[in-house]
Amino acid sequence: MTRRTRFFTFAAPSRFYALARALSPWLWAAAALLALAGLYIGFFVAPTDAQQGDSYRIIFIHVPAAWMSMVVYLAMAGWAAIGWAFNARMASMLARALAPSGAIFTVIALATGSFWGKPAWGTWWVWDARLTSELILLFLYLGYLALVEAIDDPKRADQAGALVAIVGAVNVPIIYFSVKWWNTLHQGATISMTKSPSMAVTMLWGMLLMALAFWMYAIAVALARVRNIILERERHADWVRQAVEAS
Amino acid sequence: MQWNSVGDFFAMGGYAFYVWGSFGACALAMLVESLLLRQQRRELLRSLKDQHEA
Repeated sequence: MTRRTRFFTFAAPSRFYALARALSPWLWAAAALLALAGLYIGFFVAPTDAQQGDSYRIIFIHVPAAWMSMVVYLAMAGWAAIGWAFNARMASMLARALAPSGAIFTVIALATGSFWGKPAWGTWWVWDARLTSELILLFLYLGYLALVEAIDDPKRADQAGALVAIVGAVNVPIIYFSVKWWNTLHQGATISMTKSPSMAVTMLWGMLLMALAFWMYAIAVALARVRNIILERERHADWVRQAVEAS
Repeated sequence: MQWNSVGDFFAMGGYAFYVWGSFGACALAMLVESLLLRQQRRELLRSLKDQHEA
């Protein structure tokens, strides 16, 4: 019961703002340290790949970015749904704060994939199921952002955005399983729940550290954005006045 | 370690353009995103201060 109360305490934008502010330096520091460790392993410990040479090192950012593009989408759709169902303002603001970061991760996944596709497949782009569904993910993010920005009333914008985000979530499993369901040029899952990893242990560690770094970055940047959204939406509240004067 | 020299490291076994292109694009995107957010917050705080003083 106390846990429940504590969790809902942060549904108040003023308290969430304070929490986000307090967590921020730790998240940035964790992201930087994990990235340094991941890059060190990725460039200096992990060996050159027998087949792909050093071009495979793109994996250390490509896979984490692609994972985050999907995770952030699900988090965005989840918060949007909670915000809509329970009329929870803070949840809707979190959904909005996640969208631009998710779109950026999607662009990074597509761009690094392109840089990898050229040496590996001889082409920057191919209309393969994995690449096409990831491109659709980018359009979903952009569609969500365009929609919520186009509606002036924040509550109506949040509701319309939630509908798009929830319907679009069906694309995430399609991306994930696309390499199984269709015969794609893209290689299969790098990490599988059912099989032991097929890659060298040092490569795996480098990739996992980079994935953790991307997680920390995603949370840090989404909290930074949600703080701006809170200030904007609550600009007439007394606590904002106090917070601004203290800053 | 698999690099014999600094030049060797930057050459990335002949894949320098692809590897550094990827890492550069990723770093640039993250840097721009975080700097824009910081700038946005500063502008917001400034406008809120003006609003309260007015």
